[in-house]
Amino acid sequence: MFEKALVGSRKYWLWVFFLLVLIGIGFLAFLAQLEYGLGITGMSRDVSWGFYVAQFTFLVGVAASGVMVVLPYYLHNHKVFGPVTVFGEFLAIAAVIMCLLFIIVDIGQTHRLFNVLLHPTPHSMLFYDMIVLNGYLALNLICGWAALHGEYKGTKYPKWVVPFIYISIPWAFSIHTVTAFLYAGLPGRHFWLTAIMAPRFLASAFCSGPAFLLIALLIAQKVSRLRIEPKAIDTLSKIITYALLANIFFFGCELFTAFYSQIPGHMYPVMYLFKGLHGHTEWVIFMWTAWIFMALAALLLVIPHTRRNLNTLVLACVLLFIGAWIDKGIGLLTGGFTPTPFETITPYRPTVPELLISLGIWATGFLIMTVLFKIAVAVKEARAA
Amino acid sequence: MKRRDLLKLAGLSAVVAGGVPGFLNKEVKAREYTPPPGALTAKRWGMAIDIRKCWEHPECRDCIKACHHIHNVPEIPEKKKEIKWIWKDEFEHAFPDQPNEFNDVLLQGKPFLLLCNHCEHPPCVRVCPTEATFKREDGIVMMDYHRCIGCRFCMAACPFGARSFNWVDPRPYIREFNPEFPTRMKGVVEKCLFCYERLEKGQIPACVEACKHKALIFGDLEDENSEISRVLRSRFSIRRKAELGTGPSVFYLIG
Repeated sequence: MFEKALVGSRKYWLWVFFLLVLIGIGFLAFLAQLEYGLGITGMSRDVSWGFYVAQFTFLVGVAASGVMVVLPYYLHNHKVFGPVTVFGEFLAIAAVIMCLLFIIVDIGQTHRLFNVLLHPTPHSMLFYDMIVLNGYLALNLICGWAALHGEYKGTKYPKWVVPFIYISIPWAFSIHTVTAFLYAGLPGRHFWLTAIMAPRFLASAFCSGPAFLLIALLIAQKVSRLRIEPKAIDTLSKIITYALLANIFFFGCELFTAFYSQIPGHMYPVMYLFKGLHGHTEWVIFMWTAWIFMALAALLLVIPHTRRNLNTLVLACVLLFIGAWIDKGIGLLTGGFTPTPFETITPYRPTVPELLISLGIWATGFLIMTVLFKIAVAVKEARAA
Repeated sequence: MKRRDLLKLAGLSAVVAGGVPGFLNKEVKAREYTPPPGALTAKRWGMAIDIRKCWEHPECRDCIKACHHIHNVPEIPEKKKEIKWIWKDEFEHAFPDQPNEFNDVLLQGKPFLLLCNHCEHPPCVRVCPTEATFKREDGIVMMDYHRCIGCRFCMAACPFGARSFNWVDPRPYIREFNPEFPTRMKGVVEKCLFCYERLEKGQIPACVEACKHKALIFGDLEDENSEISRVLRSRFSIRRKAELGTGPSVFYLIG
């Protein structure tokens, strides 16, 4: 089946080559980081996690969102999702691999990574994150590949996969819940110390991930003979709508708690992000962009007319993806670290090498996704022919 | 099923049932430790800082100098990447949860000595994925530089900003090298260790020894006859962010 990734048009190879170049650049930047240390990044004593951990957090959500097509299909026998589930699973594979790569580049002593396995520590949430992420990767490799292989052979997926499919559903929720718990249990970090961290994570994941999947499917449809049923698109866009509304609602709950209680520790991070604090306004423009984009997307998605129109639907998905990415990929991290435990502000800005390494990892994810989607599309095309 | 097997199963179930929830709410398992002969020992080491004595000598930095010298703490000029084990900061930064417009008159801008609090329930130990940071039976929160993977979870978890990360190789920044204490490498976290290496030799911590004004009192919090216990019973003291429940073992004598 893999041979299908090795034949493609000129455009396909150009795209693959372009991604390989980005991966190469990112890898070189990573070698420089290994040599010099994490001092090459913009992180500091006060903001000790940055872009890498933020990307990891966001992508765990994208990975978990695969369940939004898997669950309706397998649990509710929602037939229209049949042809797209494998894409959800493949997107999850690419996203989880990116997550793992982001963790690897974030660690100061990269070669000691296996200490986490050598000294299993069940009171650390990172221990559970390691288990759920690697488990989720394995589950999606098994389920996605087996389902596609069945299609390739012209049969249904084999019976032995069924338990794995059922396990993969709660497992998807677990990866984002555990990732939220990395943050939600820390004393003194008011912005993170909230019981709805996990629900918020899931809501933002279940809108941004499917939005990304939807765009990817439409692109796949454009560059191949793959046909996605309009009804599948319609259901997916409704899922995105409700998840986005939940995401906005949860954020409103956070605002209420912080500002009605008037507890300074709870208000400061939000004020820093949206208004600036002590003259520091680094992220104000980004945060407003994020939430205006998400509000606009919500409007476009709630109105049936614009949701059903493919152009406005894509626009909404793009807006919401960017919005959710800024909110979780930047706001969540810096808001947790700022103000510092000393009520001071140390601004964080990612550096060029940091961004190049991140770009390289994103390119790796896109490459994995391209190859997997290519295989899936080719198999489906061969079936349809 | 044989009776033997049933008993085994019952035992196993009990272990699982009792153990699994235990993992999650388990505070910290203190590591057993056998001190060598002649070492100073305690049930729970703690420190009291007579902050009034400190204020009488605002220029004094003897404790900081002594600590940073003997532990090869690098002097990195860039503030964002600096390493510090013990340092001074103003009242409003050390106790941001104690705003009081009247106290401000007394305390605003007043320096406080800050260091790792060697908490009773250290969040840094709870989050560390490799037990590179762990709590000893005598209450010292330790750091194993060789096991640390540099994930910096402990830095996110510490509400006192007591931990520093080696963003770059620290060795070029060591002014006067002390061969008796290991230097660190890039990519690991470090902090104050209550001079565990000196206690083993029967010596008190370097900062306490260096303070000629006797502002630092180090001793066993669980021994009611120790100097620290006596002074804490007789004078008013405060601890940083006590409401978070981490149980800091560093006390500031105010009254």
